[in-house]
Amino acid sequence: MNIHEYQAKSIFRSFGVPVLDGYPAATPEEAKKAAELLGTEKFVVKAQIHAGGRGKAGGVKITSSPDEVFEVAKQMLGMTLITHQTGPEGKKVKKLYIEAAASIKDEYYLGITLDRKTEMPVIMASTEGGVEIEKVAEETPEKIIKVQVNPLFGLLDFQIRNLAEALGLDKAQTKHFAVFAKALYQAYDQKDANMIEINPLALLDDNRMIALDAKMGFDDNALMRQKEVHEMRDFDEEDPAETEAGEYDLSYVKLDGNVGCMVNGAGLAMSTMDIIKYKGGEPANFLDVGGGASAETVAKGMEIILRDKNVKVVFINIFGGIVRCDRIANGIIEATKKVSVNVPVVVRLDGTNAELARDILQQSGIEKLVTASDLNDGAEKAVKLVNA
Amino acid sequence: MSILVNKNTKVIVQGFTGKEGSFHAEQCMQYGTQIVGGVTPGKGGTTHLGKPVFNSVKEAVQKTQADTSLVFVPPAFAANSVMEAAEAGIKIIVCITEGIPVKDMMIAKKYVESYNAILLGPNCPGIITADEAKIGIMPGFVFKKGNVGVISKSGTLTYEAANQVVQAGYGVSTAVGIGGDPIIGYSFIELLELFEKDKDTKAIVMIGEIGGDLEIQAAEYINKHVTKPVVSFIAGQTAPKGKRMGHAGAIIAGSKGTASEKMEALTKAGVHVAESAAEIGNVLKTVMN
Repeated sequence: MNIHEYQAKSIFRSFGVPVLDGYPAATPEEAKKAAELLGTEKFVVKAQIHAGGRGKAGGVKITSSPDEVFEVAKQMLGMTLITHQTGPEGKKVKKLYIEAAASIKDEYYLGITLDRKTEMPVIMASTEGGVEIEKVAEETPEKIIKVQVNPLFGLLDFQIRNLAEALGLDKAQTKHFAVFAKALYQAYDQKDANMIEINPLALLDDNRMIALDAKMGFDDNALMRQKEVHEMRDFDEEDPAETEAGEYDLSYVKLDGNVGCMVNGAGLAMSTMDIIKYKGGEPANFLDVGGGASAETVAKGMEIILRDKNVKVVFINIFGGIVRCDRIANGIIEATKKVSVNVPVVVRLDGTNAELARDILQQSGIEKLVTASDLNDGAEKAVKLVNA
Repeated sequence: MSILVNKNTKVIVQGFTGKEGSFHAEQCMQYGTQIVGGVTPGKGGTTHLGKPVFNSVKEAVQKTQADTSLVFVPPAFAANSVMEAAEAGIKIIVCITEGIPVKDMMIAKKYVESYNAILLGPNCPGIITADEAKIGIMPGFVFKKGNVGVISKSGTLTYEAANQVVQAGYGVSTAVGIGGDPIIGYSFIELLELFEKDKDTKAIVMIGEIGGDLEIQAAEYINKHVTKPVVSFIAGQTAPKGKRMGHAGAIIAGSKGTASEKMEALTKAGVHVAESAAEIGNVLKTVMN
């Protein structure tokens, strides 16, 4: 789960990570009031979306009066921002963050994430702040310094010193950086984050280090014990179909093709998408019904798949282990009662209670049902039906 | 005869009296696995499914001489249970639980390693040695006895692969699910090493997926140390970048961890890579002839 900049900064404040003063705003009036409360000479109006690259897309503007903040906010709210991280459809701006402007001497990059190779958090720092870090990683990887933090011991002083040295900080600056880095790692560790990115990390004229931007992502598995973080979830930033599926323990991701897929298990679900493409078709979605699939969840999955008007055929591919095939079959029948299934449905059932399930489906009288003997057969039939 | 587990393996179930634990413990017993007891704190002294229930793993090990544990404890407490098993002297810990926080596993794995115990999973289907012991949640009947070892990141894809191995006219020695989480216990390399040494395994099927670089490391290892034929498949060739596909590990960020990158590395290492999941059996057949 990801959160907005203004939310990440409120977490930063609670851990003592230095940030500038600022307030969120959902209307131009609130934006103006925020500026008046700040009372600084200049203000930065920042669009709150879950994507980087806002500046270039017009989502960050510097203003010099509360009235100007009002005007800029009016323009920005409701605007669709397209950045290198939003995809071509872009993201609509529904909230702003009004922040005091500061005088900046230099800009750096600082991030923390999980290093899967060493199985520890890794802190990444670079002198190339304020630019697309993806580009730096690709073109000049030597400009990104990495420090692994052993979770049993935390961030150690010599590691902070190494980072500061690599960033070219002097003694006074290093002192401020140490406070910053320690607090930031605390926030990462105690909030079960899986990603923190500060780009840019700003060095102010008075040598203070400030998180000018803040991105934070969290381990979904840990949200059960992170109530404060969980409440920050913004459903506007998510695909409504994916959210709805999640409520039924279905894992759904919409794609652009026309072969709807319903599968048990993430690996088999990905392989099903792959084989459809391999046979010349295009998958419309990823859908894992999970280990606890019931007639109800299968029916819901079918409903979500069929809501996508691009879907011309549905391929149900189940290898029953814990999931019993007869339950899936009953779910399919349940679904046909709830939603009108007006596209052909190719069904491949194998494993636990597969024969029983085939009988149930055969006797159901569903018109457009096509049975398949195995994965290959199912994928071929599905793709053929799309092209028919 | 096989790797890690066999008919002599003595298993306790942690989270024995819960819904999942009960259901699968019974299935394992029906398969012939020696389930010697279970652990549910607070229910020690009672009997469940005809086996003794203990309050702690330590007590269970003392009374039953169990060497292996099967963990069904809910995600919030599972990492703690894994560490308890290691401390009590359990040698192989099979963790089925899905949804354990990454931070918990990061610490639990280091703890388990300090006791020289073997961890399989979490978020995996477990391990099965055909006709001897099923320590997990897989449908046992799919795994007909034979001499092909199976290692897989994904549950249902393990069943699919085993089924194709059998359809192709072969059978399975041992099949191991390593799990799809970012932090897992035993990975491809450790299991490849064991299968390479196992006299009754003649070929290995290795199922990977997008995300991370375990398959790339495995390719390097195979190139240097594995003489037996390896057939592989990588799931997620069509997965869009940056999207989480069910498994927490199955995220591709940037250019690392793509299916094509992994397939190329494996091919270079002499592995026979199946282009689609339906081809695993056919590729194995070609290799075995």
